[in-house]
Amino acid sequence: MDWVLANSELLWRLALDHVALSAPPIVLGFALSLPIGWAANRYRFSRGALLSIAGILYAIPSLPLFFVMPLILGTRILDPANVVVALTIYAVALMVRTVADGLAATPGEVRRSATALGFSAWRRFWQVDLPLAGPVLLAGLRVVSVSTVSLVTVGAVIGVNSLGYLFLDGYYRFFPLEVAIGIVLTLVVALVFDGILVLAGRLLMPWARTSRAPGRRALATREAAAR
Amino acid sequence: MNFLIEAFAWIGDPAHWSGDDGILTRSGQHVGFTLLTLALACAVALPVGLTIGHTGRGRGLGVAAAGALRALPTLGLLLLFALGMPLGPLPAVVALVVLALPPVLAGAYAGLESVDRATVDAARGVGMTGWQVLWRVEIPIALPLILGGVRSAALQVIATWTVAAILPVGGLGRYIFDALPLQQYDKMLAGSILVIALALLTDAIFALVQRLVVPKGVVAGVTAPVT
Repeated sequence: MDWVLANSELLWRLALDHVALSAPPIVLGFALSLPIGWAANRYRFSRGALLSIAGILYAIPSLPLFFVMPLILGTRILDPANVVVALTIYAVALMVRTVADGLAATPGEVRRSATALGFSAWRRFWQVDLPLAGPVLLAGLRVVSVSTVSLVTVGAVIGVNSLGYLFLDGYYRFFPLEVAIGIVLTLVVALVFDGILVLAGRLLMPWARTSRAPGRRALATREAAAR
Repeated sequence: MNFLIEAFAWIGDPAHWSGDDGILTRSGQHVGFTLLTLALACAVALPVGLTIGHTGRGRGLGVAAAGALRALPTLGLLLLFALGMPLGPLPAVVALVVLALPPVLAGAYAGLESVDRATVDAARGVGMTGWQVLWRVEIPIALPLILGGVRSAALQVIATWTVAAILPVGGLGRYIFDALPLQQYDKMLAGSILVIALALLTDAIFALVQRLVVPKGVVAGVTAPVT
């Protein structure tokens, strides 16, 4: 405990670094996966192609991807941008399937009713398809959030500071407590992110409270199917 | 782009293929440890997951456990175990088994849940015992999803064995961690490319097997229908 108090400033700074590294991939990944997921769902051929690409991208291991990013981005090897972009790729790869499946789940009669009421395709997407897919998207986003927060720690290996720094530092100093505190704080960040997502979901989708459970269940099934 | 050429030149150099630190030995270690980890994880998670899926009991507990394990940062777990255990591959194996449990568990119970209840009822109706229903009906139909869970675990284990090379263990991650302090970018990149290739190859093999094990007569496939 003494160590925690003596180093509270370091812990706080690392936690903030961690948040700064993990929030952009989650937000960017979600924003990018909407149009891509929509495109995947729109045509039969694009669905197969885009979902296959997403599956392949998701299969690429994280640490090697951090080392490949400089080739694509022209960044330095130890640039934090490598981690952010690589994690954004994972987030997109994971979310595209969720978005495509969520949008595909809108019942045909609902879509036709919206069209009959004079909704344009654009308006129908925002006011019918997207809200109906909301609970599924939220469930997917929660998975993305948890895995991103966890993966950011791997960046510590290439010198990109996050709570993962505590793992390496604790290991090299034979100080298990530091490693354990790093794990606990990472879990706390993951829990806070998850709480924010759930809260945002309740605010944005007040009607969805009862359907949250089936949404998660469907996701678990599909997640297993996707891999 | 020069780095990429240098990395492929590194891989193409025959001197890097043989010996204790050769690509063949390192790949063999990587694959061997991955199989060992997967076998241990399956031995634990498959019976538990199948029990949950078959009986429907303990589902909440299984989902919660899988979710909590998923949030654990593997690098932290790895280094924490390494501090508490003797040198060698043991801490890495334990940490990676923990990592591989959630996807296998989720694949198993989600797979059995995806089996149409009417099919299970019909199997009971013709006089099958619980075991027969499980082995002759539920598992064959759920096999693609169960394998999906194993596939997901396999990819994560391959990715994380790379990170595990921060400890004195073999595998392709050795190239990355041996080259990192010396700033040999060609070797780091070569190691990264080899791991990525191994992951994509594994993914492709699983995709093929998942397709082959779908029983004749089961049309309800792995992906959701396109609307």
